[in-house]
Amino acid sequence: MFLKKIAVAGAVAFMGTTALAGGHAACPTEGRVSIVGNEFPAIQTVGAGAMSCAGDAVDVSTNLTADHQTINVPGMQGNPAEYTSAIIANSSIVALMNEDVIRPLDDLVAEYGDGLKPNQLITINGQVMAVAFMANAQHLVYRSDILEQVGAEPPTTYEEMLETAEAIRAAGILENPVGGAYAAGWNLAQEFNNMLLGYGGSHFKPGSAEPNVNSEAGVNALNMMKALSEYMNPDFLTHDSNATNAEYRAGNTALMNMWGSRAATLVTAEGVPQEVIDGFAIAGPMTVGGGDTPATTLWWDGFTVAKNISDEDAAATFIALKNAIDPAILEDPEVPTQAVWLIDGYEPTPAAVGVFAAANAGSIPYPMLPFMGLMHTALGNELADFMQGNESAEQALADVEAAYITAAREQGFLN
Amino acid sequence: MKHRTFFWFFFPTAAAMLLFIAFPIVSVLTQSVFTPIEAVLIEVENCGPFGCTTETSIDQEATQALRDAAPFGRFVGFQLYADRNHLAFAEVGELWRTSDSVGAFFGAVMNLPFYDALAFTLTYTFICTPFLIALGFAIAVAVNSLHRRLKGLMIFFSLLPMIVTPLIGALVLSWMVDSRGILGNFLSWLVNDPDLSVKASTPLMWICLIVYGIWSSAPFAFVVFYAGLQTVPEDTLESAQIDGATRWQQIRYVIIPHLAPLVTFVALIQLMDNFRVLEPILGFGAQAHAQSLSTFILSDLSGETRQLSSAATTSVLTIIGIAILLTPVLIRTWRDFNAKSH
Repeated sequence: MFLKKIAVAGAVAFMGTTALAGGHAACPTEGRVSIVGNEFPAIQTVGAGAMSCAGDAVDVSTNLTADHQTINVPGMQGNPAEYTSAIIANSSIVALMNEDVIRPLDDLVAEYGDGLKPNQLITINGQVMAVAFMANAQHLVYRSDILEQVGAEPPTTYEEMLETAEAIRAAGILENPVGGAYAAGWNLAQEFNNMLLGYGGSHFKPGSAEPNVNSEAGVNALNMMKALSEYMNPDFLTHDSNATNAEYRAGNTALMNMWGSRAATLVTAEGVPQEVIDGFAIAGPMTVGGGDTPATTLWWDGFTVAKNISDEDAAATFIALKNAIDPAILEDPEVPTQAVWLIDGYEPTPAAVGVFAAANAGSIPYPMLPFMGLMHTALGNELADFMQGNESAEQALADVEAAYITAAREQGFLN
Repeated sequence: MKHRTFFWFFFPTAAAMLLFIAFPIVSVLTQSVFTPIEAVLIEVENCGPFGCTTETSIDQEATQALRDAAPFGRFVGFQLYADRNHLAFAEVGELWRTSDSVGAFFGAVMNLPFYDALAFTLTYTFICTPFLIALGFAIAVAVNSLHRRLKGLMIFFSLLPMIVTPLIGALVLSWMVDSRGILGNFLSWLVNDPDLSVKASTPLMWICLIVYGIWSSAPFAFVVFYAGLQTVPEDTLESAQIDGATRWQQIRYVIIPHLAPLVTFVALIQLMDNFRVLEPILGFGAQAHAQSLSTFILSDLSGETRQLSSAATTSVLTIIGIAILLTPVLIRTWRDFNAKSH
């Protein structure tokens, strides 16, 4: 793994140099670049690309960790900010916006941004606040060999998923064929978000911060999750994405809703049985309850630039990160498989099928609302009681709304 | 000691206590009675890879102007303490009026997050503390009676649970009791139920967390008691032996009374520690079955929108909770102290 990282970093550094010679991309000549972000493979590539710009007058450092969300705001609130850039997604940019720690990028894009595609620019109220470089979504991952054994097509709806799961169980192939990141907390809340949108529900009353989850769509969403959980490993409330992937790798799961950014590396881990590698297949996200909108959300990942830093450091950060997402990085055969890149010249690989299908089917982007984080936290804390059968769906959703309203009042979003 | 001398003798300690204990508590208290200024919300058009949408956003300039005018935020007094995510006075009052029976009332109160967390925290604290004291004492007596050469080795092994990082210790046990883990499989074989899953059952999860709590803290009690055992007066023990006391009688009438003050000390520290239980819940991924005041603070601080005031409120409630728990022990210590000085 370490060798691979070095190789990727080396390749990126090499391409950075060739690109520089070709005049496509350039590194900053001076300044400080300090990046905080998540740690999945595509972001490692971007971090390595920025690191390749380090030089005598350019100080580049990265801190890529799964805990980035808890450190990026405090790390950007100081003056000067510790981090000159945070790599974020459409959910986490909200926290940076709420705290007003990132700067509009319009001048930087005008001066150094040639080659960026318009759909990469995340504009909020007319100002560019982030540059996106990849898209992500949750979609179906399944085992084609097991589905063939029971003579089933890959499900396109959650109702079909339940039928197929029953067929697999009845055939005695797997006792718990369905997988899902249902760990109490963030993951469980995210699965509810998917299902709620799939049933045509919404989190908030239109144009306000008033919650709207205790609705028919919300109850249906919970009941569907409960029905799915009957086909899951009984420990499902402790399974996050990593544990769910481990179950799939071990051959214990035949159907699951999983992140596109994890699909490429799902069966490349050591010790995965051959039948899992051969049977590994992905498809688009499923719909539910006869709806047209897939029960999933669309995500982008992109970079921001801190507000509390000098203009020189901001320019250096922008240039270094733009260099890191230069189309030249796609020449490394490893890189295109890591994500659905939004950068010019990207050709979708087989691993990208699911995310593309999600985007084409009109999936809804994860809401970029100032109070969505509070709703997500409230859902994560309150839904586990229902999943364990301790209370009714209506009671759980009423609890969610009460917890959310309390938090939103405290934060000044509701009166 | 002259007052002047005493003052200069005590001054560095007092300054450090003020700086590192009093000020942070004052700061947390302040934080808990202020909340952020109401945000000025506007409708904006957001565009990205998936097209444009009209969404609500914060008007930064207008909000910043309001925030500059009141840097501490909105003063809300003890409103956060009373709200649903903390002591929930209004909700509890409402339930009291509407519940048919006391049982139904308690059941409904347990649905409120704070009381649910308090129920686990107190159960954990009051079961773990006596058991770990007893276990630590038993290990100390056992190790003390070993041959000199074996002692060092046994002390090392007995201390291992304390040396292992709590989160890692919890994670190891968590994997073992997983439905695919060695202990999980053994248990399901033992009761002959292939569907048994420790992590899916709230009572079993609580038992696991408590067992982990005892396992990880017993070495602390062991170290303290073992040190205490080295000070047991030899002549008292010998005279007890001459009087024909059995080993159990020696422990009961000589050793335990000698170590009693240490029991108070260990209880004091462990009550404080256990009340702040956090790592096992995270390590076991048991948030669905057990919450504690500390996991609340963590959840408030690690969400995408950090709820500093709510976390501060829970922190103050934790401090108050610990103070209430420790009162009996402190009163006892005070009485003993007075009894000795007279």
